[in-house]
Amino acid sequence: MNRTATLAALRRRLAGLASGDMPDGHGRVAFGLPELDGHLDGGLVRAALHEIYAAGAADVPAATAVALGLAWRAAHGRPILWVRQDRLAAEAGNPYPPGLAEFGLDPSRFLFMAAPDAAAVLRAGAEGARCAALGAVLIEPLGSPRLLDLTASRRLVLAAQTSGVMTVLLRMAQPSPSAAQTRWLVVGRPSRALEANAPGAPAFTLRLLRHRGGLGEQEWHVEWNRDAGSFRSAAEPSVARSIGDSAPLSRPLAPLPAGGSGDPVVALRRTA
Amino acid sequence: MIRSSPCAVPRDRPFVLIGKDRGALRLSDCNRPALALGLTPGMTLADARARIPDLPAFQADPDADRMLLERVAAYCDRFTPLVALDPPHGLTLDITGCAHLFGGEARLMALVGRCMAAAGLDHRTAIAGTPQSAQAMARFGRGGIVPPGGDEAAIRPLPLIALGVQAETVTALTRAGLKTIGDLADRRPETLAARFGEALIVQLRRLLGREDVRITPLRPPPDCVVERHFPDPVTLASALEDAISGLVQEAARILERRGEGGRLFEIAFFRSDGAVRRLAIETGRPSRDAAAILRLWRERADTLADPLDPGFGFDAIKLAVPLCEPLDEVQTSLDRRHAEDHEVLELVDRLVARFGRDRVLRFAARDTHDPRRQAVMVPATARVEPAAPWPEPQVGDPPGRPIQIFEPPQPIETLAEVPDGPPLRFRWRRVVHEIARAEGPERIAPEWWRDGPQPPMRDYYRVEDAQGHRFWVFRAGLYDTGAEPPRWFLHGLFA
Repeated sequence: MNRTATLAALRRRLAGLASGDMPDGHGRVAFGLPELDGHLDGGLVRAALHEIYAAGAADVPAATAVALGLAWRAAHGRPILWVRQDRLAAEAGNPYPPGLAEFGLDPSRFLFMAAPDAAAVLRAGAEGARCAALGAVLIEPLGSPRLLDLTASRRLVLAAQTSGVMTVLLRMAQPSPSAAQTRWLVVGRPSRALEANAPGAPAFTLRLLRHRGGLGEQEWHVEWNRDAGSFRSAAEPSVARSIGDSAPLSRPLAPLPAGGSGDPVVALRRTA
Repeated sequence: MIRSSPCAVPRDRPFVLIGKDRGALRLSDCNRPALALGLTPGMTLADARARIPDLPAFQADPDADRMLLERVAAYCDRFTPLVALDPPHGLTLDITGCAHLFGGEARLMALVGRCMAAAGLDHRTAIAGTPQSAQAMARFGRGGIVPPGGDEAAIRPLPLIALGVQAETVTALTRAGLKTIGDLADRRPETLAARFGEALIVQLRRLLGREDVRITPLRPPPDCVVERHFPDPVTLASALEDAISGLVQEAARILERRGEGGRLFEIAFFRSDGAVRRLAIETGRPSRDAAAILRLWRERADTLADPLDPGFGFDAIKLAVPLCEPLDEVQTSLDRRHAEDHEVLELVDRLVARFGRDRVLRFAARDTHDPRRQAVMVPATARVEPAAPWPEPQVGDPPGRPIQIFEPPQPIETLAEVPDGPPLRFRWRRVVHEIARAEGPERIAPEWWRDGPQPPMRDYYRVEDAQGHRFWVFRAGLYDTGAEPPRWFLHGLFA
């Protein structure tokens, strides 16, 4: 083992000890992806605050799904508190319970708190993070509220450390300084197509932006395995054979007057 | 109802309230000086003005009267929990078992009188054996206290109008030569019933105290009520806190004796100027844990948009538990899961106390195929049986429903194959998404029994753009049917 590797291992060990974590992997939440969990020394620390950022507005569902998947894996059947700011409904829609069920989560395990403003989000989130009976807490504020500063995140960290409840901050904003254990950036990723070019299992790219234990930036391509309730590695997507590419071969893109020719004409029409 | 100070007319000058009735402006109420001038309610305004040309008249406002009456009723809660409205102008208080708390009936009546006078209300009070005789004595008699068993003697001299029956009946009885209740009581009830119906007889019996029916109180009496009256109005927050803590403990003891727990605790603050403020605390399951209830109370008091204003102090505080449920003796459970459930319910109660019950929710499934109605959010404290199971996904399939949904669906501009192909590209929020993969259509018929006539069919597609974002879009309607081309909407976002 060379020097840097030894140092990194020692740092990780120290970070584990500092957060009062048992080194036996018990206080860890594994992704279910060996290379990722191996890199994180068994997974994410349970009694800690983790931040998940969506890379862009269109990646919010992907980031939400990763946060939900992690919370689900941490909860082990215990209730999950999901605190969400009201105004997000206009931007990203409302949580859709049948969709959660299709994602492999039991919607009746969720406790949903519709918070009117950022102060309420943080207050309810901290209240939840202090409740050791919860499986996980998911906190989703709108944008970058002024109240969510280093002190507020420190408060969440302390609450999570005391109660042992995994607390996940789900954000769509520019990353700002915080006391979180890890920070992730989630980007949606083309899925592996099924038969007839149907979209396949949810796929994401996870980038570890920051790690308290000193791990460097790294990226993983993962897929959510609904039936196993875990993440798995996403192989390289099959070369996308998109409809758009194939369409011009036989199909005209402009509406044509259906006239004389006996060939079936497929017309495309633009609608508003 | 005439308040003594609502307008610019001095107290000793006549004025009337008017309202439109039977095609004319008529007096609905007259103040005392107006009555003294011979004006009576029911007279047309034209007649009244013919007698007193400069008679001030104001529009009657029955809703405001009703609100005032309800406020006075709320105020009267301090005398007895059983207060009923006797519209338009009366209140009936059932003081059975309450009078001794105020030093007897006479003192209670004097106290009520002082309070009403302090509020600037003209009033008449009577105490009698039945609600009807008390009402009649207050309205048509001299008021005062009718000694027990003396109802009949007191009521007999009253005019027939005190019966409180229809005016036609009163007219008919008067024409028959009957002038007082006593005259009526001397007749054989069978003959009266044959002519005027059973209702008259029942009313007469109640009036004479021969039959007693309880009033229907405005606010049903809670199962468990405890209260504190202060000799001097209390303003100090710490003193209030002490009083509330004492009340909660007292209520907890009562509930424990009954083997019950409260789901709703209502604290009413009676301010010395007559205002009544009620604050409710709700718990997710029956509770009689005084410490926990007090914690919830503090959460609630902490977050009031308009804080509790003591003004010149509170006269009394009353804690009512209107909603009780059986609660078995608490036993320490060895089951860890049970203790955790308890902890989570306490968290729910704290969140509800701070943010309101409509903000702490659970997801509940509904048995319908319409995706918009398949799930509802219910308050976490509400007890709802699961109406339907959640959809069971097929092993191996990707999720068929989005994790986030837009309500209403968002209109998008699309380029799509006709008649039923998926979109090739669409524009949503000024961003063009090139579709790389698609699946569909999944046709979902509207629920015509709920949506009204002929809502369009929806063909849903799962599509994925080249960047790896997945969407749930639908086309409302078909291409080949109507003159109007179908429209496309984005309904949800997949992970």
